[in-house]
Amino acid sequence: MSSIRAALLIQRWYRQYVARLEMRRRCTWNIFQSIEYAGEQDQIKLYNFFGFLMDHFTPASSERNLISHIFRENEICRDIEWERYFCYKSIEVPESYTGPHLTFPMTFCGVSKLMEAFKHKQQLHARYVLQILGETWRLLRILPNINYVSVCHNQEITICGDLHGHLEDLLLIFYKNGLPSSEKPYVFNGDFVDRGKNSLEILLILFGFLLVYPNDVHLNRGNHEDHIVNLRYGFTKEILGKYRVHGKKILKLLQKIFSWLPLATVIDHKVLIVHGGISDMTDLNVIERVDRHRVREPTSRQWQQESEQQEWRGWRTSGSPASAQRHNPPRRSLHNLPISNQLSWSLEDELKRRRRLAGFDQSYGEMNKSESDSDSEPAGTETDEQEWKQIVDLLWSDPMPQNGCIPNEVRGGGCYWGPDVTEEVLERHNLQLLIRSHECKQDGYEFCHNRRVLTIFSASNYYEVGSNRGAYIRMGPDLVPHFIQYQASRTCRELTLTQSVGWTERSALRALREQLFVHKSDLISAFQEFDPNNTGMISLRHWASATETVLNLGLPWRMLRPQLVNSTKYGMVDYQQWIRELSITEPKLEISDTSILETMYKNHSNLETIFRIIDTDHSGSISFEEFRQTWKLLSSHLQTEISDEAIADLAQSIDFNKDGSIDINEFMEAFRLVDLSLKGRSTDFYTSQLVYMS
Amino acid sequence: MAESNNQSAETKLSDVHKRIKAAFETFDNAANNTVDVREIGTIIYSLGCFPSQADLHDFIAEVEEDHSGYIHLDRFLPAMTKVLLEHKFPPIPKDLLLQAFEVLDKDNKGYLEPEELTKYMTQEGEPFTQEEMEEMLTGLADHERNVIYYKDVINQLAIDPDM
Repeated sequence: MSSIRAALLIQRWYRQYVARLEMRRRCTWNIFQSIEYAGEQDQIKLYNFFGFLMDHFTPASSERNLISHIFRENEICRDIEWERYFCYKSIEVPESYTGPHLTFPMTFCGVSKLMEAFKHKQQLHARYVLQILGETWRLLRILPNINYVSVCHNQEITICGDLHGHLEDLLLIFYKNGLPSSEKPYVFNGDFVDRGKNSLEILLILFGFLLVYPNDVHLNRGNHEDHIVNLRYGFTKEILGKYRVHGKKILKLLQKIFSWLPLATVIDHKVLIVHGGISDMTDLNVIERVDRHRVREPTSRQWQQESEQQEWRGWRTSGSPASAQRHNPPRRSLHNLPISNQLSWSLEDELKRRRRLAGFDQSYGEMNKSESDSDSEPAGTETDEQEWKQIVDLLWSDPMPQNGCIPNEVRGGGCYWGPDVTEEVLERHNLQLLIRSHECKQDGYEFCHNRRVLTIFSASNYYEVGSNRGAYIRMGPDLVPHFIQYQASRTCRELTLTQSVGWTERSALRALREQLFVHKSDLISAFQEFDPNNTGMISLRHWASATETVLNLGLPWRMLRPQLVNSTKYGMVDYQQWIRELSITEPKLEISDTSILETMYKNHSNLETIFRIIDTDHSGSISFEEFRQTWKLLSSHLQTEISDEAIADLAQSIDFNKDGSIDINEFMEAFRLVDLSLKGRSTDFYTSQLVYMS
Repeated sequence: MAESNNQSAETKLSDVHKRIKAAFETFDNAANNTVDVREIGTIIYSLGCFPSQADLHDFIAEVEEDHSGYIHLDRFLPAMTKVLLEHKFPPIPKDLLLQAFEVLDKDNKGYLEPEELTKYMTQEGEPFTQEEMEEMLTGLADHERNVIYYKDVINQLAIDPDM
């Protein structure tokens, strides 16, 4: 054998090996992503639930207190009054406080001090938090919706994507790239918070630099800079956990700040940077003119988008080539939800009408619509609709490979836009490049649409340790992007490719088993349909088909089967045993009715979100009555039957310390899943396949 | 995973199709039965085949839609089915692989230095990129001695690429 032939053989062999790893990694990725998007879908169902609440809101019903409780803006509404409310001056910093002390106006030293403190896991005192946030709010109010920036001759601008509370990534970027300054301008493209555990620290550092270098640090709003999203994805919890006394105030101030964050940055009139993306309707002139802070909670208007989507539905199912359903058959259950018929009106209008009927209109009657700087209710006109849509599109959209522009049903907001839309919008505005974030990319960045759209994502190890690198962009006056990639955490740099893939994979499988567990009863019913003679066994093909029908995640179940099912005989699955093996909870609750337990577990993240909304004083607990009402409403929405007695029992057993109220965290703790089932399974999905082929 | 071995040709064909589709779907991001042409190599390899780069180029030329950068399932499926049924790119037998390493190990040390392997991999045959080479060295080199014990590596990587 010649050395050339030898080299050829080895190269071929090794490339095959790497490709199989890549396949596994991609599969794992798909698992995480589909669960993540299913979670976002859940969010939509939650909003539908609120729509359902609105439909069933009658003046006489006892639920009205609950609902007005949720939606009522029961506080002062002028900025001056807000300033008084947020005042930090009365908050004393005790002698015992060992964290950093800040002086104002903010200086570079102050921010450095802050970073050092956070590196050493110290927490900033609430007084200083409110102070920084107050200053930030004041500054943001004078910033325009779109920041126009130019890159000077021998300068480069740095652009970062999603950070999601990953402090170590931000610090790594600063370490590699240098701190922000007038010589080193930065753009941060949204999604600073949620998921990671240092969302607040990231915000404080970014705001600190913003205050010190307001002309050189630019923040764009992301879809997670939204207090309703924060209720679900962890930021609210983080704040309340860290600041038990002042958390509520901090959250309220943050709500204001988020609504005042600018929406876009444009570099040299050529490069547009927004968090999500664009749509075929995107018009920067319109966006420049909106009152961005009045278009509150983009997410709260999802109901309206629902009705628009009903029109899309008809268009899409006609098989238009531009339709891009994620999977065939339509698995997005938006179609199957009990969607209200009354969605053509504005939510705010309906709220007002009902409140008037209920005699609750005082607080709204007093609001002065002429106050231009107050947070008065939007008028609900056509223009408002369009403005709202423009903003949501900027924050929520994703690119797609085909031409066209269709609603983004996976996220529930914004759209999917194609290369033709990119060309048209960029040309119309005389731009040459769109930089956006919003989607996690394995290498931290990715081009699409003929390199006219660039996604940048800066949270490494987003799904799990080893799942992806983060990246940031440096760009000089020539406007050519250069990428720097990284991956935080020492441990994961030391892992070989194989090891990191394995690690991520195990984590994905764990997440998947949880999903399977929560759908236990539905799975059993689905399996039983394939087993009319009650043998307890079904074929692998049926197992895969039933599982997909129930879970609706669009995953390759046959491929995953060796990882998930131990008990097969001659190609048949003993499904009862399999379900038993999956995993069990250790509920602290002694409830005889296990089906309630299951329903609760299945909806626990929705429940948690609802609880946090109900808990308007952010005390961390809700009353029995609130719990009862919520549960009744949710169960009628889910069309399950639950008796008053059962709910009362449930509430009592959840009240662990017997004080007549339910501690939310304790409640959620009760549903932590205990995973028993990892019993030395092979971790290679494709072993089976290879053996088959040889 | 023992599925019945008494499969008719029909069932076997449909199984092959399912396997191909599943692998294809993993990279079909927009669920419209097309994948980026740059992923085709990974898909083919993952189906248990061992084509050379030249083989891949030929295959792609056959199935790509006029340099669009995309490959549609409609063309991929029949071409790939043929490849699988005809065992066109069979695996490399272990002993042949061992022989290949031994040819490169001119001094018969039983291992290869990283520089030696790098020279061959990046200069001969269908050369590796720098990135591919770095990854290979990180993955295959013994952590302490920093050499590649190829016999061990062959066994390790043969079936289960995990650890």
